[in-house]
Amino acid sequence: MNEILSQIFQVGFFAAVIRIATPLVFGTLGELFAERAGILNLGIEGIMMLAAMSGFSTVFFTGSLWLGVLAAVLTGVVAGLVMGLLTVSLGLSQHVSGIGLTLLCSGLSFYCYRLIFGQPSTLPAIKPFETVALPVLAEIPIIGPILFNQFALVYLAMLIVPAAAFVLFHTPWGLNLRTVGENPLAAFSAGVSVTAMRYQALLLSGALMGLAGAFLCMAQYNAYTFGVISGRGWVCIALIVFGQWNPWKSAAGAILFACIDALQLRLQASSAINLPYQVFLMLPFVLTIVGMALVSRNALAPAALLKPFRKEAR
Amino acid sequence: MNGVRLELRTQTPWWLNLVLPLAAIGLTLVLCSGLIVLAGANVFTAYTKLFLSSLSTPFNLVETVVKATPLVFTGLAVTVAFRAKFWNIGAEGQLLAGAMAAAFIGACEALPAWSLVPLMVLGGALAGSIWALIPAVLKARYKVDDVVTTLLLNFVLYYGMMALLDGPWKDPLSGYPDSPDIRAAAEFPILLRATRLHLGALLAAAAAAAVWLMMRHTTLGFEISAVGENLKASRYAGINIGAVILLTATTSGALAGLAGVGEVGGIHFQVMAGLSPGYGYTGIVIAMLARLNPIGVVPAAIFFAVVITGAEAMSRATGVPVFLADVIQGMSLITMLAALMLTQYRIRANRTEHE
Repeated sequence: MNEILSQIFQVGFFAAVIRIATPLVFGTLGELFAERAGILNLGIEGIMMLAAMSGFSTVFFTGSLWLGVLAAVLTGVVAGLVMGLLTVSLGLSQHVSGIGLTLLCSGLSFYCYRLIFGQPSTLPAIKPFETVALPVLAEIPIIGPILFNQFALVYLAMLIVPAAAFVLFHTPWGLNLRTVGENPLAAFSAGVSVTAMRYQALLLSGALMGLAGAFLCMAQYNAYTFGVISGRGWVCIALIVFGQWNPWKSAAGAILFACIDALQLRLQASSAINLPYQVFLMLPFVLTIVGMALVSRNALAPAALLKPFRKEAR
Repeated sequence: MNGVRLELRTQTPWWLNLVLPLAAIGLTLVLCSGLIVLAGANVFTAYTKLFLSSLSTPFNLVETVVKATPLVFTGLAVTVAFRAKFWNIGAEGQLLAGAMAAAFIGACEALPAWSLVPLMVLGGALAGSIWALIPAVLKARYKVDDVVTTLLLNFVLYYGMMALLDGPWKDPLSGYPDSPDIRAAAEFPILLRATRLHLGALLAAAAAAAVWLMMRHTTLGFEISAVGENLKASRYAGINIGAVILLTATTSGALAGLAGVGEVGGIHFQVMAGLSPGYGYTGIVIAMLARLNPIGVVPAAIFFAVVITGAEAMSRATGVPVFLADVIQGMSLITMLAALMLTQYRIRANRTEHE
């Protein structure tokens, strides 16, 4: 048993945890901005899928990884705009709009992928991002190889968490955003445009979800498959509940989830435990549900989440 | 502001129930035609293939009904749940739970032959209910968001099923992760000779009628709608909200489970990875297009059965990717939702009058 443990908990394991957590951090923060403004963006799963597809195709044809990232982000922004049109301008049910957006985006990503690549016998692949060792920092024992010998997008995720916390809690824009999510009428009375704030939140949300999709098929993997997201978007929504709508806690939740995910990958690979590998795939989802059940009693959801705002219907 | 404004409607004219879904579908087809052009095909040819191939011969027509059978069940499952605003996105997992129960019972040698089909139906419904009760209990007792749990449970069930199919439940005679075939006596009776039209189609039609009766004429149906429409008023009126949510989930899960039973008993005779190509999710689109009306679910399910089966023929003939069917599903859910606005509001030209 000790041997298994020492095999698992190596520097490589924790570096993998950080890598697995990265797309979840992007997705979770994206969803967080939307929910803090009062919009549950259930389009997340589909947006990540479509962004991954458009980003991957762009890299495949231009050879430029950063152009691919840009394409993925723009795809996310456009999808966020559509979500805004449905839930902010038209005030439609956020649940059904989000599910519709996910169905539409995933359908579109399958359709376009097949249109662009046909049904090739070998999976089209790109040359993915390589890790960048940060000077000096990467030399620190243990922490260096885990945190500072990573992909550029991982560093971006590390910067985005404190940035999101700062913007949300220490800037006027963040205050307006939270007010719109808690009490839109108060925000409206104070001269804040609820519509504009919610649109801004959704565009930002889509951009971050786009980054998540880009990371998955340009850094974590080097190809696009129909199962590239496989529920990660839904996990992000659960992580926000788990993290009580706070960027730090949600990011911590993402790392916890990534630990479980990395652990199941190692257990799958080790011959010590003989179970079908799907049991390990199932494990993170089960634990996510258990985690949600544990914290949901004192959930701190924004008060105006799911409620459309109409000036006329004050 | 000049131009148009939205005004609350006090009553919905009946014809909107028919016109709205048709308008939503029409708009969807217009929007999707751009994708067909992108694929380098003729829009008219592609749509003709899409819609007419499944209706062109008597055999194809029957196959469309076969395909619509699980969709009627999942559509009804979502209808019941959404009426109570219990956001059951988990029909996919509940369908698989029902299918697994049916495949297990159907292969059971110890049971008398005559009891197999009824036990599969009961067992499958029960399994679907149990799987739907998990998120319902979590919602009613711990206030855990139902959308996320129902979605995540789909993955739990799928991986769990695949683990069994790759492990102890694997058919030793098959090279694939499939369950053993059910017994011959467990196969659903065929309603029309030389077709695949099976007992499930009858059950689906009966279920639509039963759900309509339940929603219209029983206390539970009334309470489900009441909880969905106005939670506060329902509580004030003395309705036990938690109990209604649990009963809604039970009913919804049972219906989704029956979709899986029909697929195992009438079509595949076993459980395998591709048992459901997203019937649970299509159920959401169907329920919305039917405006959460149980009877409306039947034509909506047939429509999407036509699209799903027709997409294959269209793809073969024109080279347009078969995934157009998925795009149409997502798009029509969104257009229908937008169209539903017109039932609550009417568009009026703005006049400069002051209230």
